[in-house]
Amino acid sequence: MKRKKAGESYSLGIESTADDFSVGISTFNGEILANIISAYMPEEGGIHPREAARHHAEVAGKVLEEAFTKSGIKPRNLSVVTFSQGPGLGPCLRTGATIARALASYFNVPLVGVNHCIAHIEIGKLETGAKDPITLYVSGGNTIVSAFDSGRYRIFGETLDIALGNCLDVFAREAGLRQRVGMPFGAVIEKFAVDGKKMIPLPYTVKGMDTSFSGLLTAAVNLLKKREHTLEDLSYSLQETAFSMVTEVTERALAHTEKKEVLLTGGVAANKRLQSMIMTIAKEHNAEFRVVPSEFAIDNGAMIAWTGVLAYKHGMITPIEKSFVKLRWRLEEVEVLWVK
Amino acid sequence: MKLPLLIKKGAEASLYLAEWHDRKVVMKKRLPKEYRPSKLDEQIRTYRTIHEPQLMHEAKKAGVPTPTIFLVDARDATIIMELIEGKQVKQLLGEVSRSERQSLCLKMGELIGRLHEYGIIHGDLTTSNMILDAEGKIFFVDFGLGEKTKELEARGVDLHLMKRALQSTHFRFTEECFDAVVRGYSKVLGDETVKNVLDKIREIERRGRYVKERRGEQE
Repeated sequence: MKRKKAGESYSLGIESTADDFSVGISTFNGEILANIISAYMPEEGGIHPREAARHHAEVAGKVLEEAFTKSGIKPRNLSVVTFSQGPGLGPCLRTGATIARALASYFNVPLVGVNHCIAHIEIGKLETGAKDPITLYVSGGNTIVSAFDSGRYRIFGETLDIALGNCLDVFAREAGLRQRVGMPFGAVIEKFAVDGKKMIPLPYTVKGMDTSFSGLLTAAVNLLKKREHTLEDLSYSLQETAFSMVTEVTERALAHTEKKEVLLTGGVAANKRLQSMIMTIAKEHNAEFRVVPSEFAIDNGAMIAWTGVLAYKHGMITPIEKSFVKLRWRLEEVEVLWVK
Repeated sequence: MKLPLLIKKGAEASLYLAEWHDRKVVMKKRLPKEYRPSKLDEQIRTYRTIHEPQLMHEAKKAGVPTPTIFLVDARDATIIMELIEGKQVKQLLGEVSRSERQSLCLKMGELIGRLHEYGIIHGDLTTSNMILDAEGKIFFVDFGLGEKTKELEARGVDLHLMKRALQSTHFRFTEECFDAVVRGYSKVLGDETVKNVLDKIREIERRGRYVKERRGEQE
């Protein structure tokens, strides 16, 4: 399929912050032409950064090729190459950055480093039409409540320790559950939770607009080992408690900023129960509820390609010599020139 | 009693202006949250409704102005308290001169110091939870997330939250304000405690997912 239209510009985005390697291609108008994702799923345990990076290097060629085939454009049609510059796991980030640098140099196009967290917000806005939302971004690595104010996305609340998705993943692993492509741990827990009936008391920790999940996780795992409750009831109670916490802080941020939209994004956004909770508070504050489609909820290259376009259009280019990865790049450090 | 007038629909509670025995009062009602299971919801609302007035009363003893509590109805998750006529510090910080801002923040720090010295953690230190009255007294409200402890960890988190609130809402003068808060805080607790608390804050910040200062890691 030939796609190239006269005068149209294209952006290629590489995402490799954690366990997913993905390549996305978008037009400068925000049309997503390809979004190919390859997930690294260890047989046992969590993500080993080096093993994940090895996976990324192995599949990179194939994923790139697929993205070009799917989009119908040629590498030489690209106007810009973008990549996830951080935050994330070092070896994984470096693998993606190396590929991006090579592509940009070879095809002689500008390189744009993108903040992964901002990309999750921007793809959510693009896909749902949200203009100026309070965003709850929940994934395996992040739990952030943010909103735009005076040139930057400001963080109103975040986790004080582990991320919400991480809490669910570790619990699932401790319960001996397995995940597979298309059915990550979060989805497995969600399935068990649907059949849960009993609300088991678990630590509920909200500090200001921040949350903490480590105590909750420890308590849930301890109960799991005691075998006094069914996995269904425990999954249900864990989800209800953890989701109530993030919903409470999102509502606080909503009341505080009086924004008119609430956007749910990141991997955990796919959870129907969480969606319904956030929808409830949005309604209560007369705000629109938006949730990112699941293809763009998990880590993906399309969000990088699109955020790269926004940055590039505002003159933000990353010279190769300054394209080192930033493992701990907070989203509020980025000047967001494209939002007024 | 006249029909209460909704003055603020917060996330956690709704505030109404009401009349109670010929007195203008604020009625704070923690309405049920539809999104969470009713058992959890009831636990949270009842606990906070009972807990908050206790801490407010303790805060008074520590020398920190708080509205006087008139009535607590745990079953209805409702508190009736004195109406403080004044302005939220949140609004003031952006409006006043630099020196007034500094003296406000210094005062805030002193009051936080008094709370901590007495073993009270506020739990939600933001500039919207502080009201300046006509006499120049700063009232602290919203103790629902507070606790009684003198632990360094809790003090650190409390001040960290204050800093975070300044960063998200008063980003133009975050540093200047937080420095003044710390100066006020040390007037009460002394330099050594302040050093320990500041160290703790740095430790808490390093625990965050994406913080450059995290130990032993390089870019």
